[in-house]
Amino acid sequence: MIVSRRWLEALLGRSLVAREVAERLTMTCAAVEAVVPVHQDLGDVLVGQVLETKPHPNADRLTLCLVDAGGVGGPLEVVCGAPNVQAGRKYPFAPVGATLPGGVKLERRKIRGVESNGMLLSARELGLGPDHAGILELDTPAAPGTRFLDAVPVADDQLVLDVPANRPDLLCHKGVAREVAAVLGGTVKLPEIPGGKAVGRSGGPSDRPAVRQSDRGVVDGVEIRLEDPEGCPRYIAAVIRGVRVGKSPEWLAARLAAVGQRAINNVVDATNYVLFELNQPLHAFDLARLRGPAVVIRRAKSNEPITTLDGVARKLTAEMTAICDAERPTIVAGVMGSAESEVSEKTTDLVLECAYFQPTRIRRTRRALGLTSESSYRFERGIDLLGMPDAMRRAIDLIVAVAGGELREAPLDLWPKPEQSRSVFLRPARVSHLLGVEVPRGDIERVLSAIGFVAAPKDERLAVQVPGWRPDVTREADLIEEVARLRGYDVLPDDLRPYRPGTVPDAPALRARSRVRDQLVRAGMLEARTLPLGAPDGPDAVEIRNPLSAEHAHLRARLLPGLVRRVEYNWAGTARDLRLFEVGTVFKRGKGAPEEWTSVAGVLTGAQRPLHWSAKVPDMDLWDLKYHFELAVQVASPGALVQPLPTGVGWQAVVGEQRVGWAGPLEADAPRWAGALFGFEVRLSEVAPARPAYRPLPATPSVVRDVALVLPGGVTAAAVGEALRRAGGTLLESLEVFDEYRGPKLKGGERGVAWRLTFRDPARTLREAEVDQVIMTALKALEEELDVRRRES
Amino acid sequence: MSDLLAALNALRERLTEVPQADERRLRELKTEILGRKAGALTHILAAVPSLEPKDRKAVGGVANALKRDFETAFAARERELKRASVAAGDLDLTMPGRAGWQGGLHLVTQVVDEICEIFRELGFTRAVGPEAESERNNFYALNFPHDHPALDAQDSFYVGDGVVLRTHTSPVQIRTLEAYPPPIRVVIPGQVYRRDPFDPSHSPVFEQIEGLVVDEGVTFVDLKAALTAFARRFFTSDTTVRFRPSYFPFTEPSAEMDVRCQICKGSGCPTCKQSGWMEILGSGMVHPAVLDNCGVDSERYTGYAFGMGPERIAMNRYGVSDIRLFWEDDVRFLSQFARPHR
Repeated sequence: MIVSRRWLEALLGRSLVAREVAERLTMTCAAVEAVVPVHQDLGDVLVGQVLETKPHPNADRLTLCLVDAGGVGGPLEVVCGAPNVQAGRKYPFAPVGATLPGGVKLERRKIRGVESNGMLLSARELGLGPDHAGILELDTPAAPGTRFLDAVPVADDQLVLDVPANRPDLLCHKGVAREVAAVLGGTVKLPEIPGGKAVGRSGGPSDRPAVRQSDRGVVDGVEIRLEDPEGCPRYIAAVIRGVRVGKSPEWLAARLAAVGQRAINNVVDATNYVLFELNQPLHAFDLARLRGPAVVIRRAKSNEPITTLDGVARKLTAEMTAICDAERPTIVAGVMGSAESEVSEKTTDLVLECAYFQPTRIRRTRRALGLTSESSYRFERGIDLLGMPDAMRRAIDLIVAVAGGELREAPLDLWPKPEQSRSVFLRPARVSHLLGVEVPRGDIERVLSAIGFVAAPKDERLAVQVPGWRPDVTREADLIEEVARLRGYDVLPDDLRPYRPGTVPDAPALRARSRVRDQLVRAGMLEARTLPLGAPDGPDAVEIRNPLSAEHAHLRARLLPGLVRRVEYNWAGTARDLRLFEVGTVFKRGKGAPEEWTSVAGVLTGAQRPLHWSAKVPDMDLWDLKYHFELAVQVASPGALVQPLPTGVGWQAVVGEQRVGWAGPLEADAPRWAGALFGFEVRLSEVAPARPAYRPLPATPSVVRDVALVLPGGVTAAAVGEALRRAGGTLLESLEVFDEYRGPKLKGGERGVAWRLTFRDPARTLREAEVDQVIMTALKALEEELDVRRRES
Repeated sequence: MSDLLAALNALRERLTEVPQADERRLRELKTEILGRKAGALTHILAAVPSLEPKDRKAVGGVANALKRDFETAFAARERELKRASVAAGDLDLTMPGRAGWQGGLHLVTQVVDEICEIFRELGFTRAVGPEAESERNNFYALNFPHDHPALDAQDSFYVGDGVVLRTHTSPVQIRTLEAYPPPIRVVIPGQVYRRDPFDPSHSPVFEQIEGLVVDEGVTFVDLKAALTAFARRFFTSDTTVRFRPSYFPFTEPSAEMDVRCQICKGSGCPTCKQSGWMEILGSGMVHPAVLDNCGVDSERYTGYAFGMGPERIAMNRYGVSDIRLFWEDDVRFLSQFARPHR
């Protein structure tokens, strides 16, 4: 909402400093996002009076003017090209040295041989309008030499107010003025309409009409039928006859320009003025084009056509309210009128509508039509149901003042089920209870009444009458907020007090995420974040019903595809050594809501270590993958077994029968210089790995033996290791593979694998002979079970 | 005999030359004293067998002791010189060391963790909830009116009938209030979704941290205290904060907390759009309707809630200008923040 400082000043009858208003509103009401100075760049422009004119000696179209600009040096000679310059009249005048809008500094220069000591200005040169046909004639009593901005009050500030969805009252200047008055002082009073009748006079037909608890009536020969009281609880109509539609007076056009609105014609401008002054959307339509003449407020029929003011042909639905004449819709209620019924230059008699439309109805309608207007924006948030007659009167007075015409009959106010203003009880003790400081009852009453609430004591409580412009205030907490914000949040202390610890344990899911993140970071991997939205990954992918784009229409089912895309992105940036991992949520179609769980995935490619001059660094291979996979499984799925895939190259992690992880080489769109790409993914369990149990450090020496074995084809290291462990019994402390040989020294299919075995008895020193005995037993077992024999060296 | 003893004494004094000797001098000294042919001590030792038996023992003892002392001194000096030559000589110590890969957490994770740690100091534990959430938990139990403009800021993705991708972490407030009795004191980090296309400051998916405190006698002062303490721990201890009115359907009164711009310190700069303040979080006293919706007695219990966006905070603090950098996973970006710096 753009708020004009000058408009606020007119409502408050006092001057304001825009910065101060912005600061106070931000701290007590709603944020002012920006203060934009308007026309304040005219400070150097003066009022100049042309004393005499004579033709330019060297140019037919130029005039030499003698201008009194109040200077001590007397009148100045100025060259002017405008056709409308006349002696005796006053015009905006920029002396030499003045800075004009756009930052240009005016210099003394010769025009066709004659020196010009300044410049008479057009509206466009001043930034005040498009008119450049001539210089701007000033109708002002101000003496020559007066600052233009003092004589013609166009300088303003626009305050860009961020109005929250619950505060429709701030969508108009009166509402904002009310808030300003509450914190800076002042009284809100509607400014008089220039050329209009005195405000507050009584006895005219535009005065508050009697409410008709009925759904139909006639006003000045026009039948009004309210057939959809649910969509339109209250409808006030007036007929004004004999208007002259034309250009708005300057002051009205200026008011609208100040809030960024273009002037259209005096009738439409008058209704817009009331919109921005009182937050009441109004609609004026041409009586001559109204069949009947009747106004029927009813639900639209399904597929009923209407061409809205923006020139688009639209189809209505039975969920929408339409304002119709005797035959067809002329307005999409509360959203936009039709081109056909609109007020035009030819209009003489008009029907003026002042309605309250049900907010959710308007919201659904404008969403269905994809059509938002200043009116729909306000109706959707809820306008002042009780203030409608005042807004109607203001609109009538304004139209009559700027467009002429006559109100022959009082408006018709159809309100089948009138409502009273709402009362909400407030316990003063509850204010202190919630805010944490004592707030005196007097403060509460003062603050509330400053913004139009009426508080009356009732028992220990206050019965607070809520004004019609505050539909958001429905319960005690809402009133407490009003008290808190208007006193200012900053007056409250911010000292930490003792508290009771909560009952919620720290989430195991987050601890699990941290464990695996830390594990992989220690292994030198960088955490990535990939978008959970993408192309479908498998038949169970969860589809988004209203995606932003077709590429982002599904939720991810795995993390790996996203990570592979990130690898390709990095390759495109010529990075070769990549180790990325992610811990994130993945989804699968479920019954009702999608199933979701946390997954951990990593991708590896490029050098095993950073480049170093001391030795060539090999690329990561399957064995680096296996190590990283095991690291991840260890903490992500404690107890899971890592085993070779049943088919193909890679591993899986299993818990019982269930596969919880996978690792293997990956396909990708790789540049020629890229290394092989590997990846793994594990489902994250919330279960923490078992706590390590302390084993006493050995006090006896160990005996280490290396054993080189020949494994026939099909015998795995795991099988040999198991046999060795069985034979080694409790004396075998550890065993590691330290070498593999495949080559001509062995028969086809065979390979040599060497183990280092460490033996120890925690209670005594082992004898070499004992160890030899164990190894002999082991070798025997290996030969019998697996046909594995010792390799001759 | 006394000549020999005097010579030995003189030689002993020369021991002090050893620690000062450079490599060449050391070689000379060794030759002068212990040299096989011309060594002074070698001569004396060679003369010992020809002495009187009683003198032989006295001179031989002293001479042999001195020989050991010289040998020890020469060896020590040699080791010293060798160490020095290593430092100064044939190794180029400016060559780079042998590195392993430096892993690191994503900057957003780091900021989330840091924020949660600060709240842990203030007595908060962490809670979580699902990302696909019912409309009821995401909106209506949080007191969002049906068909209300307040929903406009929360344009949501639908993944089922009445199931949305949560637009904020606030539905976990509902889940927590329904699962645990007060006192409740939790922060809720998590990923949230809004139907906003990517631009430099918007992303359809982003991180949020919610907070919820519910107990008897919790007041707006407690809200201000906890959030001010958070800001001073996260930024600097002299950070100025301000609270101003705001609107959230699930809090009443509602407040926005701003922090003095960390870059210009309040004088106005492009980062804070000349305002001198940075919006950090939204907050407020838990709306009684939310407590009622969760079966918590809103007369007996009060509370406060807050929510903030770690990406925005990270962008402010680290000067990252485009939120999309957080999703690109460019290793040149990720590795900038890998080094531990807290």
